[in-house]
Amino acid sequence: MTLRDAAAPVDVNDVPPSPDQVRSLVRTWSDPPGWLGWISALNHKTIGKRFLCTAFGFFILGGLLAAAMRLQLARPRNHLVGPDLYDQLFTMHGTTMMFLFAVPVMQAVSIYLVPLMVGSRTIAFPRMNAFAYWIYLFGGAMLYVAFALDIGPDAGWFAYVPLSGPDYSPGKRVDFWAQMITFTELSGLLEAIILIVTVFKLRAPGMTLNRVPLFTWSMLVTAFMVIFAMPSVMLASTALITDRLVGTHFYNPAEGGDALLWQHLFWFFGHPEVYMIFIPGLGFVSTIVPTFSRRPIHGYPAMVIALIATAFLAFGLWVHHMFATNVPELGKGFFTAVSMMIAIPTAVQIWCWIATLWTGRLNFRTPLLFVLAFFFILLMGGMTGLMLAAVPLDLQVHDTYFVVAHLHYVLFGGAVFPLFGAVYYWFPKYTGRLMSEKLGRWNFWLMFIGFNVAFFPMHLLGLAGMPRRVYTYPDMQGWGRLNAISTAGALLLVVSVALFLVNVWRSRRHGEVAGNNPWGGATLEWATTSPPPAHNFDAIPVVYSRDPLWDGAPREGQPSHVGGLAVGQREVLVTTLLDAEPDHRPVMPNPSPWPFLGAIATTILFIGSIFTPWAVVWGMVPVAITLTAWFWPRKRDAAAHLALEQQP
Amino acid sequence: MTRAELTASGLQADASRQAPSSRAEAPPGATLAAVRGAALDVRALPSFAFGARSMMWWATLGLMLIEGTVFALTLATYFYLRSHVQVWPPQEPPPDLAVGTGLTLLLLVSVWPAMRAKAAAERLDTGGVRLWLTISTAFSILVLVVRAFEFGHLNCRWDSDAYGSVVWMLMGMHTFHLLTDAYDTLVLNVLFFTGPLEGRRYGDVGENAMYWYFVVFSWLPIYAVVYWAPRLG
Repeated sequence: MTLRDAAAPVDVNDVPPSPDQVRSLVRTWSDPPGWLGWISALNHKTIGKRFLCTAFGFFILGGLLAAAMRLQLARPRNHLVGPDLYDQLFTMHGTTMMFLFAVPVMQAVSIYLVPLMVGSRTIAFPRMNAFAYWIYLFGGAMLYVAFALDIGPDAGWFAYVPLSGPDYSPGKRVDFWAQMITFTELSGLLEAIILIVTVFKLRAPGMTLNRVPLFTWSMLVTAFMVIFAMPSVMLASTALITDRLVGTHFYNPAEGGDALLWQHLFWFFGHPEVYMIFIPGLGFVSTIVPTFSRRPIHGYPAMVIALIATAFLAFGLWVHHMFATNVPELGKGFFTAVSMMIAIPTAVQIWCWIATLWTGRLNFRTPLLFVLAFFFILLMGGMTGLMLAAVPLDLQVHDTYFVVAHLHYVLFGGAVFPLFGAVYYWFPKYTGRLMSEKLGRWNFWLMFIGFNVAFFPMHLLGLAGMPRRVYTYPDMQGWGRLNAISTAGALLLVVSVALFLVNVWRSRRHGEVAGNNPWGGATLEWATTSPPPAHNFDAIPVVYSRDPLWDGAPREGQPSHVGGLAVGQREVLVTTLLDAEPDHRPVMPNPSPWPFLGAIATTILFIGSIFTPWAVVWGMVPVAITLTAWFWPRKRDAAAHLALEQQP
Repeated sequence: MTRAELTASGLQADASRQAPSSRAEAPPGATLAAVRGAALDVRALPSFAFGARSMMWWATLGLMLIEGTVFALTLATYFYLRSHVQVWPPQEPPPDLAVGTGLTLLLLVSVWPAMRAKAAAERLDTGGVRLWLTISTAFSILVLVVRAFEFGHLNCRWDSDAYGSVVWMLMGMHTFHLLTDAYDTLVLNVLFFTGPLEGRRYGDVGENAMYWYFVVFSWLPIYAVVYWAPRLG
């Protein structure tokens, strides 16, 4: 073994680090300049911000599509958009919100925050992280280019066969939808692995698993759900696209296939997906509630167990989307029971939040307002959820606006309100400045009122029998007034989101300067500057408590920070899974354009395969080349790593 | 946190850490972190590690969970489709046993060089890694050649009926895994001859072997279903 030739002196950090060492750390961890540097960027904060902006871009696009639908439905027999465009509108809206916004935006927030919260210099596998971002961006862009060319998907966001099959959806519309699934799920699955490894292996020493912040726990649980749920939709959409392109018969009853197979595979993913969106929202709430109650969360172990229990149960209730099909009645009873059981872990969490708020000293700032609205709206959505879990009632309102109202109460209330609260909460960490409290309150109240005005009438419309996915309706049904009210609410929502954008735009330059910890938060991201330096922490903190910034000061003789990590290389500390004991110190990769080029090659393969199955064959060549170049070590890097090498 | 807890968690330098402690499972690295004033000095820790200590091991495990879920769901799809017809396979004879069984045996044998490569890597034995990786690469290429013939003995087409579709889906997905891991092994193999090498590459050999085990052992249920479910049911 001649890995290491000579023990060259290596510059490592002291505690506290000298100004020279800090300068060296900044140089080491910064993304390179220029356009090549821009596509080579790896820093998790850079990628996290890009991811977040892209996801919000899709949120705005999806919202505009919804506004167009509301305008069309504002009065009976309206002819603003025709049926074909309307089909594309609701498909694009659902697809955008579920696949391009709700799941990715949660991962985007965690890409930025989780490494800071666990006290790491970086996320695990930064190049894969960059690759996953580009794949997500290209997949979303492909879908919108197709939509702009009038080949946007039009079979609904869950693309039921036989409507989406080769007989009823000729052309390429559904193929674009199916490949969008491939893009986004690939990205989501990679991010899940990255997040799990970050939480398992890159925690600061002393941050045992039972000291991990609740938001990080929620993202960890979500990542595991992604791993077990997303393969199902990838399999479903691959089978759909092969049915459409190469003549397989998975969903073709004439040749032994089965249309319900699609529904099983889709909802085995689709229901857990609701919880992949909702559980990060719970994580936001569990972070904001203690900070603005100025006390630690009540019942931390119960909170963690409730998150895990919710995730488990989420896999046992997909058939409640299929109560209107011919699955066995006894089976439906089981799925009703599991659907009701979800209320138990949710109630445990609500109990803990209320106890925390009740015994805390409340600080009524904008993030807390969004959380309080979450309680109200989620409760409403939960109630209609219990109603829909009952088979007889579900049969009555299936495919009506009652379901549209329910799902928006759950998703908007359970995820979007906490997300907006989270943006107000962490904006100062991202930018160094606070968002305007005044505009924030306007944003909040317009959103709260607008949301309820837009979606509450849909319950009544659904009970009155208005079906989903109709582009218009006749006067005599008497649905006109409630629809007009709903559209007015949607316009209020548009105004509120516009105010939010104004607030973000103005505050990032002119907001009040925040300092490290403007809210008095307890978790490690507040221990560093706002915005954090390229290397996150001048020295990695040693953790002694669940709330390290509140009661985690080291005692006499205890170390406060980690010393001895190289400052001239991207060296990180890996700790053990359960107890976060220091274990080894690998070097993370340097910036590289290859993840970007690999994503381009993968995009060519995916889009090419919409047009010819042979693209899977010739498209593999550039993918293999780019991924190999990505992996292949550079001599200079290897030499630098050898200088730091220490055998186990 | 009490002093005793701290000691146990390796954050505190303590003479007793050198002796066998109550935490026999503590990784070797934990004892190497030393307290110097306010600093927990990690300079003496190793720079790479094998198995569950390393990040790459967990990422590989995550990949295996994902791929395993895909295989499990496709097998579930197979039986779901089977439950909808009276005769299975509906119109064609089952796949010929000879080639598929031969491939299964070949795959099982190929675990041996992968294990040897992993063991050599953990000894940091470059010569051993070169030898056993080369043998592993040869095996993976041989496996792919046999697999190519296997497709001709399935006795069905993907577009003949749903049975054919799901059989080809299972075979296609498994072949994709064979192909990617064969290429992976080849690249790593070349790297061990050309360099530049560093410690973590020995860990990569271990993870590559682990993924090959997965590709082999996930084949067993697929083999059982594709070849035996039509015969026994």
